[in-house]
Formats: sequence, structure tokens, C-alpha cells
Amino acid sequence: MIEINNVSKSFGSLEVLKGIDLKVEKGEVLSVIGASGSGKSTLLYCINALEPIQGGEIRVDGIDVHGAKTDVNKLRRHIGMVFQQWNSFPHMTTLENVALAPRIVLGKTKAEAREIAARQLDHVGLGDKLDTYPTNMSGGQQQRLAIARALAMEPDYMLFDEVTSALDPELVGEVLDTLKMLSEEGMTMILVTHEIPFARDVSDRVAFFRQGVIEEIGPPSQVIGDPTSEHTKQFLSNVR
Amino acid sequence: MSESINIAAQSASFFTGFKLNDLWYLAGAAGHTLMIAALAISIGTVFGVFFGWVLSVSRWAGAATLGLVLDMFRSVPLIIQLILFFNFFPIIGLPLNPFAAGTIVLVFYTAALVASVARGGIESVPVTTRKAARSLGLTYWQELFYITFPIGCRSALPAWTGVALGVLKDSALVSVLGYVELLRASQILITRTQQPFIILAIAGAFYFALSFPIARITERLERRWQS
Repeated sequence: MIEINNVSKSFGSLEVLKGIDLKVEKGEVLSVIGASGSGKSTLLYCINALEPIQGGEIRVDGIDVHGAKTDVNKLRRHIGMVFQQWNSFPHMTTLENVALAPRIVLGKTKAEAREIAARQLDHVGLGDKLDTYPTNMSGGQQQRLAIARALAMEPDYMLFDEVTSALDPELVGEVLDTLKMLSEEGMTMILVTHEIPFARDVSDRVAFFRQGVIEEIGPPSQVIGDPTSEHTKQFLSNVR
Repeated sequence: MSESINIAAQSASFFTGFKLNDLWYLAGAAGHTLMIAALAISIGTVFGVFFGWVLSVSRWAGAATLGLVLDMFRSVPLIIQLILFFNFFPIIGLPLNPFAAGTIVLVFYTAALVASVARGGIESVPVTTRKAARSLGLTYWQELFYITFPIGCRSALPAWTGVALGVLKDSALVSVLGYVELLRASQILITRTQQPFIILAIAGAFYFALSFPIARITERLERRWQS
């Protein structure tokens, strides 16, 4: 379970998160929607300890993410993250991209790591691209590679930061299909997304962020289908 | 120094034309150039990459201290550095031979040039790529060695090649300390034979033969990395 208690986060004098409270249960899919700059992506970075926080606490399976004694490298093995920019490692083949972390972080043998990588790449539909370099693949394929790379660590949680925003429209579908497949397999996911219909389709709950606070949270049928907040209504009518 | 005076004294007594033996003499001197340049480039690159990393990590503190020292090495003409350094050690009672003094100065000169190249390479790696690697559980050092260095290496390679070729040629300046490398050997032969054209052409050919492999190997690496 991911527990976020009264978290605040600033970049200099700019307060990006203003006391966020949130719980995500095992197996749940939570979508986070909201305008750019509302703090959605920052929250994901904080859950993974890629950004420090200024107040409150975040616990993942009871471990204080920003605790002084916490081994963040160990913690991150349980939390996969996929970014807006797919961030492939350009000097490695697809297979090597995925096999790297199992080998050097989990200490698997080369053969084991390659086996894990091949399985995960096959899982996201890249089974025929094992020896291809990422620069020779489309954005959608590279984004699925990034998903396979995160899954190879067998994480308990997956964080997705606007993973379709940088893609050409015709490539969005293949990545969303992969996300949907993961949600159906029971993966616990937090999705920061602008794909409102998709969020409505796959999520157990949807949170609407506005100016660093959660304006509204609940089942998609309510938050997207019948929002109570004026701001949510306005945001949804703008993106539709 | 005494050796070259000897040779100069001999050559004053009789001028003789260029002989096959002189070619071996030049080849040996080219070996000295290769040795001093190889030491300077390899050790200087190791230091330079380390300095470049320091500069990329601590921009303000690094630029104010280390950056300033490196700027001095980069901007003072190499010949002045060589002469100052070579004459400084006897003053404090630790005479250095020309080879050691030349190598040390060239190492720092190379390191200063490589430092900015290496910093550029490290900073060319997108922050999000580095974060993506960290999000997989890689430690800081694992990320640096498996991700940032290899990717940065690719973008820094052309500039590094320029530095390496430059240092190889600049190593000729060590001749002012009396170390008999390719240029110094050519001068000695010219004094004896009075045939500057042929000897300088041969020396030039040796420099080319030393530089060409560096240029070709790095070019091939670049092409392989691009595909």
C-alpha cells in the first residue's frame, strides 16, 4: 500500500504540492488528472524518492520513502516508473536495456537476466525486436520498451507519468493497450494522464489535481461522469 | 643536453648527407614521441574525466576552484608551462629529467582540455534518462558507469579525438627541454645534413603515421555507435 500523508513539496519558493493525502491499495488503479503544473507528475517523482519533499511523509508498504535510514535503491526495486520521455538507453539493444537492472541490481546471472528481459519484451509485444537498438524503433515501441524495463524488476507498484503525451497520435493506442493489459493482470498502478476516456475505462479511482491539492477524488463514474467541483467540470469540458 | 651538444659538435666537423641509418634514428625518436604522447593522453584522459565529473557535479564550487586551475593550464601557452615547470624543480632542489617534466606538464595540459570535453559529455546525457536508470534501483555509481559514461562518451568522442591529436602534435614542444623526440631529432639531423626538406618531410610522415590510427579508430567507433 502507498500512503501519502499531508505531503508538501516546493521548488524554491514555488509550492507545487500543498498537503496531499492519498492511499493506494494493492491491486488498485488510480488515475491522476489535472492541468499542467498542478503537481501530478511531481507526486510520482516524490513517491519514488527522485524528488525530496518538504513536509509530511510517504510510506510504501510501511517504509518511509524519505526517511534518513531508508535505502532508496532497495525501495525503488519495488516501484517501477515510466516517464513521459521514454528514456531508452541508446547504447544498448532492446534486450540489454531490459536485462541491465536485473543483472546489476538484482544480481541475476547474464543468462537469467536475458531470459527475464526476453519474457518481458514478449509480454509488451516486442518479442521480435530483441536485438534492435532503440533509436531504430518508434516512440510507441520505445515506450513499451520502457514499460518492459520497469516490469523486469518485478515491481509491486508501477508509476506512469504521462506516458502517452510525447507520442504521435497514431502510436498512443498501442501503449494504452499495454497499460490496460497490466491493469487486467492486477498490477497496482498510479497513472498521471491526459487520456480522460482511458482513465475512465481502466481506473478504480480518479483524482483531480488542481494547484497542488486534490480537488476531487472518487470512482471514475463520479469524478469524470458526474463531477461535483466546478473546477473539475471546467477542466473536463476544456479537454474534451 | 650534453648529448645533443656532442652531436652538434660532431656535425660541425663534417656535413654528411641523409643515410638509411638516420631513418632508424628518426624512427626511434618517433617512438619517443609516441611514448610521451601515449602517456600524456592516457593518464591525462583519466584525470580529465575525473575533473570533468567534478565540474559537472559541483558547478559553482567546481568552477571557482578546479575550473580556475584548469583554465590556467588551458590558456597559458604550453611552451611557457614546460619551461617554467622544468626550471622550477631544480630551484627547490629536485631536478627532473626532460622526459619526466615534459610528461607531467603534458598530462595536466591534456587533463585540462579533456575535463571540459568530459563535462560536456556528462551534461549531454538527459537528466530524465539518468532518473529513469535510478528509478530501476541503480545506485549513483552504477548509473554513472553503465549509463552516463557510455552515453556521454559517444557525444564527447569527436572532441576528445581533437584533443588527442592536438596533444600528439604539441608534444613536439617538449623538445625545448632537450628531450630528443621526433622534432628534436629532425633538428639534429638537419644541422648535420643540411637537408631540411627531406628530413622534415620524413618527420611529417611519422607524425601522420602516429595520428592516422587515432583518427581512423575513433572514426570507426563513431560510425559503429551511430548505427
